[in-house]
Amino acid sequence: MERYFQKEIECASRDEIVAIQNKKLVEQVKHVWEHVPYYRKKMEEKGVTPEDIKTIDDLHKLPFLSKYDLRDAYPYGLLGVPLKDCVRIHSTSGTTGKRVVAFYTQEDIDLWDDCCARALMAAGATEEDVCQVSYGFGLFTGGAGLNGGSHKVGCLTIPMSSGNTERQIMFIQDLSATIICCTPSYAAYLGESMKEMGLGPDDIPLKAGIFGAEAWSEEMRREIEKTLGIKAYDIYGLTELSGPGVAFECSAQSGMHINEDHFIAEIIDPVTEEVLPDGSQGELVFTAIDKKAFPMMRYRTRDICTLHREKCPCGRTHVKMEKPKGRSDDMLIIRGVNVFPSQIETVLLEHGYQANYQIIVGRVNNTDTLDVHVEMTPEMFTDNVTEITRRQNELVAGLKSMLGIKAKVTLVAPKSITRSEGKAVRVIDNRKI
Amino acid sequence: MSVKQISIFLENKPGKMCEMTDVLAANKINMRALSLAETDGFGIVRIIVDDVYEATTVLKDAGYINKLTSVVVVELPDVPGGLNQVLKVFAENRVNLEYIYALSAETSTEKAYMVFRVDDHKSAEAALTKAGIRVITQEEIAAL
Repeated sequence: MERYFQKEIECASRDEIVAIQNKKLVEQVKHVWEHVPYYRKKMEEKGVTPEDIKTIDDLHKLPFLSKYDLRDAYPYGLLGVPLKDCVRIHSTSGTTGKRVVAFYTQEDIDLWDDCCARALMAAGATEEDVCQVSYGFGLFTGGAGLNGGSHKVGCLTIPMSSGNTERQIMFIQDLSATIICCTPSYAAYLGESMKEMGLGPDDIPLKAGIFGAEAWSEEMRREIEKTLGIKAYDIYGLTELSGPGVAFECSAQSGMHINEDHFIAEIIDPVTEEVLPDGSQGELVFTAIDKKAFPMMRYRTRDICTLHREKCPCGRTHVKMEKPKGRSDDMLIIRGVNVFPSQIETVLLEHGYQANYQIIVGRVNNTDTLDVHVEMTPEMFTDNVTEITRRQNELVAGLKSMLGIKAKVTLVAPKSITRSEGKAVRVIDNRKI
Repeated sequence: MSVKQISIFLENKPGKMCEMTDVLAANKINMRALSLAETDGFGIVRIIVDDVYEATTVLKDAGYINKLTSVVVVELPDVPGGLNQVLKVFAENRVNLEYIYALSAETSTEKAYMVFRVDDHKSAEAALTKAGIRVITQEEIAAL
């Protein structure tokens, strides 16, 4: 039986959703115009006033915000309420340039927790469940978001945070955790560690997991589902828009429902910035229509994906987004070809290797080189050099057919690629451009 | 009757072999034979040891992937033509060789010992025994 946290809104008719969006958007535009001078200036430059925005059909008239705006406006430039009304901040990992600092009022946190509670209940959570939150706690939104959602559902919540894998497994066993929330790469790592400890899926009570904050493939999902003996659900979000829970997967596991009563999604052509019709692939853009402290308007996520409005068997009516093909930030251009790490991961898993890999890009004589380091596994090792080389060549052929360019495959020792307990470092780009 | 050889995956980089033998040395494991197959990216080290169980356990604990393979260890006279005699038996019986290497024995200077990886070790052993050539068992390895 499908479970909902807020059934009325999650299964509302299209007319009802549009009515909510129209009302909230008009109010939000007024709020931003009055309280966020940075965005008001952008609107004025584009010749748009709040009077021009009457329904969601007028959304395209509004200017975009991007990561560059967040850097320009750091730290308070996009704040929509007085600081005294804010109760918390979160911040991105900020691997390049300045970190993004996002602000929250108590109401903002409540609606974020609601979104995470919807995700948890879509994964089958009830107040009977024990939910282990193994996302990092702190500035990162993962831990706080799922923790809040788990409280709203009424699960017994274990605010575990990431790291200390043996203790993680001990708590799962001793406190009978039934749901786990973490990054997919950490879930895979837990599975591997369990194997090493001689534990199988039947030795732990977990039944579902919610995994997000980084790109992962269908093959990786199947691998995690098998080693942990669970159903693995995807969750999507970004700090700029609150955190995880902007969209979440239901039992259909065929895309993530965007919480449309809080976020309006658009797909645009990343070059022309034109809005594309549903079903087209392009860059995902979000407008947060009721978050007050950090009201993101037409925020360009850099995620490349597609929106689908077909009826979902779970009963939810909110639009579904496909798993992003990868952030356009993660996309590598190698010899003029677009390469996403997730494509490489897919090929590895198809060929029987684990998702423990690192992509090393270099440049020799003005030509890009692509070297994929893959860890040898006990399953793939044999005494026969010819056999190992044959499998290696098959992998090279598989990568060539997926990517369209030739990659070198280097087999490396197990555990020689640094394991992440937060987000995985998949790419090392040594090109000096 | 065959002997268990341990094959170990190593990266083809300076120091990697030494790191592996550190583990064996620290655990007082004596190697009786060793051979190295290399490609440009990785290598496979093949060893015959006195205590297979102990060696595979300490290697696994140290994070090395290893596999056991059956090989045929043969005793032959340490004289010109000694190896040739054994190879003739293999040739006559259509036994295909994958690789060969030598094993060092402490007890004898008149005998040599060779390790053979063949496609079918059972029929190879039968043919050798029939030809009067001594095939070494796992139990005998430690005593050589």
